[in-house]
Amino acid sequence: MGELSPSAHLDKPFPPGRYPLIVVGSGPGGLQLSYSLSRLGIGHAVLSEDSAPGGMFRRWPVFQRMLSWTKPYTGLQRSSRAYERFDWNSLLADDERQRAVMPALMDGTSYFPSRPEMQRGLETFAERTDIKVRYDCRWESTSLTPSPSGGGQGGAQDFILGTSDGEYRAPIVVFAVGVAEPYRPPIPGLEQVPHYGDFQPVEHYKDRRVFIIGKQNSGFEIASGLLPWARQLILASPSPTKLSVNTHTLVGVRARYVQPYEDAALAGGVIILETTIEAVEAASSGYRVRTRNTEGRTLTMEVDDVIAATGFTCPLRDLPGLGVATFGQSRLPAQTPFWESATLPGIFFAGTITQGSAGLKKHGIPSNSGAVQGHRYNARVLAGHLAETRFGMRLPRPSLPAGELVAHLLSELSVGPELWHQRSYLARVVSLDRGQGITDEGVWPLAHFLDHGGADAVAITLESNGQGNPYPAVYLRKDGAVSEHLMEPNPLLDFRSGDYPRQMQAILEPVLAAAPAPA
Amino acid sequence: MAVQSDVVNTIAGFALFADLSGPQLEEVAHTFDEAWFGAGERILRQGVSGSGFYIILEGSAAIRVNGVDRSVLKAGDYFGEISCLLGEVPVADIVAAQPLRCLVLPAGELEGFLTRHPRIMFRLLQGEARKLKHTTAWVS
Repeated sequence: MGELSPSAHLDKPFPPGRYPLIVVGSGPGGLQLSYSLSRLGIGHAVLSEDSAPGGMFRRWPVFQRMLSWTKPYTGLQRSSRAYERFDWNSLLADDERQRAVMPALMDGTSYFPSRPEMQRGLETFAERTDIKVRYDCRWESTSLTPSPSGGGQGGAQDFILGTSDGEYRAPIVVFAVGVAEPYRPPIPGLEQVPHYGDFQPVEHYKDRRVFIIGKQNSGFEIASGLLPWARQLILASPSPTKLSVNTHTLVGVRARYVQPYEDAALAGGVIILETTIEAVEAASSGYRVRTRNTEGRTLTMEVDDVIAATGFTCPLRDLPGLGVATFGQSRLPAQTPFWESATLPGIFFAGTITQGSAGLKKHGIPSNSGAVQGHRYNARVLAGHLAETRFGMRLPRPSLPAGELVAHLLSELSVGPELWHQRSYLARVVSLDRGQGITDEGVWPLAHFLDHGGADAVAITLESNGQGNPYPAVYLRKDGAVSEHLMEPNPLLDFRSGDYPRQMQAILEPVLAAAPAPA
Repeated sequence: MAVQSDVVNTIAGFALFADLSGPQLEEVAHTFDEAWFGAGERILRQGVSGSGFYIILEGSAAIRVNGVDRSVLKAGDYFGEISCLLGEVPVADIVAAQPLRCLVLPAGELEGFLTRHPRIMFRLLQGEARKLKHTTAWVS
């Protein structure tokens, strides 16, 4: 698969005007949402300041290889839902021929796709699913005006997006603009050093002493890449490094980037410091970095280069001024469980920004919404939510015979990719209404199920406590009260046999005993 | 979510961290995550496991037991420590009364955090003693 054809770049769909919904961004989040909206028949425009699909993966990671894997051989059909658990990088499609784009594009040298392979994967998905985007159209400003369909004053409102191509209006706007704007903490002098995104060709660092501020994945990615080039690497930040192999989650530095950690542990050319950086000053042949640790000990180091691997923020432009509350270093927008701004209704989010909707974050473990394998499911759930709440649709909900309920739930827990990738965050919900029968309601944010009441129902998800294998969690709602039931993990990660069917039956019994007879 | 840069100045005024130096405050700020909750949103859920230790930076929250509000928490107050220390599920909902900005530490990290910072542990113990005193006065 090569680049898109020139005509695709030049095609300019979605001229300025009013649309039912506008998506801003053409990274994986914007593409997945546009695809899912189109499948539901929801008309929308997609605007992007980029010239082609891919978002940040058109540039980063700087060392040109992804942190998310696509495992080519699993014994599963690549077109199956179950395969999605092992393919973290392909976007989701209903048509089997459009699924699992990534493995066919990878050259077999690694199960982490290269950045160009990831870019090609996103371009291929957009082309095969015929996603239309108005490229080279930069969103520049946002304002509000009474909606023509909302009865004027006091009624519904439209958002006005000022863009490089003109003015757009819509009552709903979904921003999928990533979390990729460089952030520098207010350390004196830090403004003069390059950020992660300004990384020079590796040859620049040959036989040099390099100070990296930040001990997250971006800092360790750079350190890993510079091991064969730099004379000495110093990584520093105030708190200790966590490793993903210890946290059993994506919290912490990934195994791919742990080599500098071992180098430091074995007293090689890497030094890792827990310290506050007080200032960065220009020196005769580079920089002078002054630090102070929690015991008050100061260190001043002369180095050739300083790199700020200090994180990223959201490019929300004027949205905070319009009322979108943000929080944290990344200035993520505060969101409802369905990824709507918690403070400005009508503004939604897709893609990696959806990590701002934290969910339960049980045991401190976040969702995977910051990565493609997580937020691709958020986008599909969001499309369904918008369809039902804003466009008057009712999505199909299959009925389940009572005799198949336990097997259905245990199958979803064992192979349902939404639950594996979005633990404690997305849940399969089955209503057990005495009047309506047993109905699969689909995948919901777990927080919404727990906090918004409703008829008798069960929600299942997988959870982790940071210590061992994931385990099934069952939330049973009966007469308005929700009870939590945690099952044991299975070392083989399959819950369809053994004692699990009996346990699930016992958990459901209080509601099933009062439910309708089997269909 | 890593915290905003203003957090160090904010927590410097909280009784819990009154004994810490600047670098120690910065280390604490980097140990916690930041969280934001809209008015009416539940932070802790009665009977649901996996909670954490929360310190309120801005806003206020209600302690709600079996649907009845019992008390109000405000900036500088903390909650969740009882379920974290005992390894049990929360016995109350904590519900944001207005937009709430918090620091949060997972339950599994609280013991290590407190033993690394004995002055914070002492201040937390003082806080628990005050709660016990008020509860004793209330029941008597």
